[in-house]
Amino acid sequence: MTKLSLFLGCIVPNRYPGIENATKLCLQKLGVDACDLPGASCCPAPGVFKSFDKATWLALASRNIVLSERMGRDILTVCNGCYGSLADANMELKKDPELRASTNSYLKEIGMEFKGTIEVRHIIEFLYREFGPEKLKDYITRPLDLKVALHYGCHLIKPSKDRNLGETESPVFFDELVEATGAKSVDYTDKMMCCGAGGGVRSGHVAVSLEMLEHKLACIRQAGVDCIVNACPFCHLQFDRGQLAVNEKFGTDYSIPVLHYSQLLGLTLGFSPGELGIEQNAVQNIEFLAKVYEISAGLR
Amino acid sequence: MSEKLLEVLKTAGLDVLSCMQCGTCTGSCPSGRHTGLNTRRILRDARKNRTEVLSDDALWLCTTCYTCQERCPRGIPITDALLELRRLAVREGFMLPEHRKVSETVLECGHAVPLDEETKKKREELGLEPIPETVQKYPEALEELKTLLKTCKFDKLIAEK
Ligand code: SF4
Ligand code: SF4
Repeated sequence: MTKLSLFLGCIVPNRYPGIENATKLCLQKLGVDACDLPGASCCPAPGVFKSFDKATWLALASRNIVLSERMGRDILTVCNGCYGSLADANMELKKDPELRASTNSYLKEIGMEFKGTIEVRHIIEFLYREFGPEKLKDYITRPLDLKVALHYGCHLIKPSKDRNLGETESPVFFDELVEATGAKSVDYTDKMMCCGAGGGVRSGHVAVSLEMLEHKLACIRQAGVDCIVNACPFCHLQFDRGQLAVNEKFGTDYSIPVLHYSQLLGLTLGFSPGELGIEQNAVQNIEFLAKVYEISAGLR
Repeated sequence: MSEKLLEVLKTAGLDVLSCMQCGTCTGSCPSGRHTGLNTRRILRDARKNRTEVLSDDALWLCTTCYTCQERCPRGIPITDALLELRRLAVREGFMLPEHRKVSETVLECGHAVPLDEETKKKREELGLEPIPETVQKYPEALEELKTLLKTCKFDKLIAEK
């Protein structure tokens, strides 16, 4: 199987290290060869950097890619934003010689050269393509009796012309990975809608961002689930920390637990909620924690 | 400004001329439900070279979710065009103070969201090293990154005009 370097980005190591640990534990358990990528920076965040300056966006992204090229490993991301930024930059630089030449003229200043020898992967499409739900089931030791509101996020599947993961109105591949754990992926209104964080909206227009989030949360609450599952730490942060901000702003009382898929998978592979950092979230839902501890102890 | 908006879009390989003003994009927009973001209008204004679109805050209300682009019956790369307009706006000096701040943070420490004490503790609770294996741990990598950003003149671009 492909050798990988784990690209952390910003939010995972610096806000939700539980996702980092969960990812490392899961990859190890699945026998995936993935190592650290020392010295990597911000991907850079597509919503802001790609909105500001294309040359800078490409230069920063390609530096991260070159770090992994030097190791002869494909990059594995656990974030839709990092995936969008790095996969798009990698693709553009591979196919456009002019763009590659201008980017390499910047990289030359730091003794680097983009060669275009590796791929950029996202953990969800990686697990789906390299394992698939059926094979994943072989590794499962604790089937999860959970109802889940799945949030794909945008840049995992869009723009579809570059992602090749099928249509974007009602995809199922990620649901299949969720259901491989024994959990039930519950349908809900506006499931494919954006969480409201991307494109620099959360940083630039927080009120708008929270209005969009509140709509998503209302739809999810109506579906009656145990938790939200995502594939992106920025969506994760929006759903988790944003939920408290929504409560403050709108006087609501949402308390919906939020898990990255690595954490959900970690539970079903037999790791404890503590190891997976599930208790480190901003949303503290005691009932849910009791439930996952029972699952993890084999009590349900 | 001398550059025609349409020219800039065209040079970037973004053809918006086949827009039939059907409004599917605007109707699909999750941000437009709550805000004044109206992609159909932005495209029309860009076509008519109304440079006011560049200073309009609406440009920054898009979450880049790509729903409009996926649904456009004419296959217009709407989100990509909005991003191109944003880059043009930034070159003209339009930038939200919050975005300037994020840029400065990356210039300083290589991350848009830097490590804090609370997270260091959380990392240790998980048995991880307090400082992750990123540019934050390696001063020479951070220097390299700063050189690269300077080479791109990013510091100048984001400086207030
Ligand atoms: S969906 Fe496409 S054709 Fe219709 S108004 Fe929007 S850009 Fe124009
Ligand atoms: S990409 Fe932007 S403009 Fe298009 S639907 Fe999403 S938020 Fe609206």
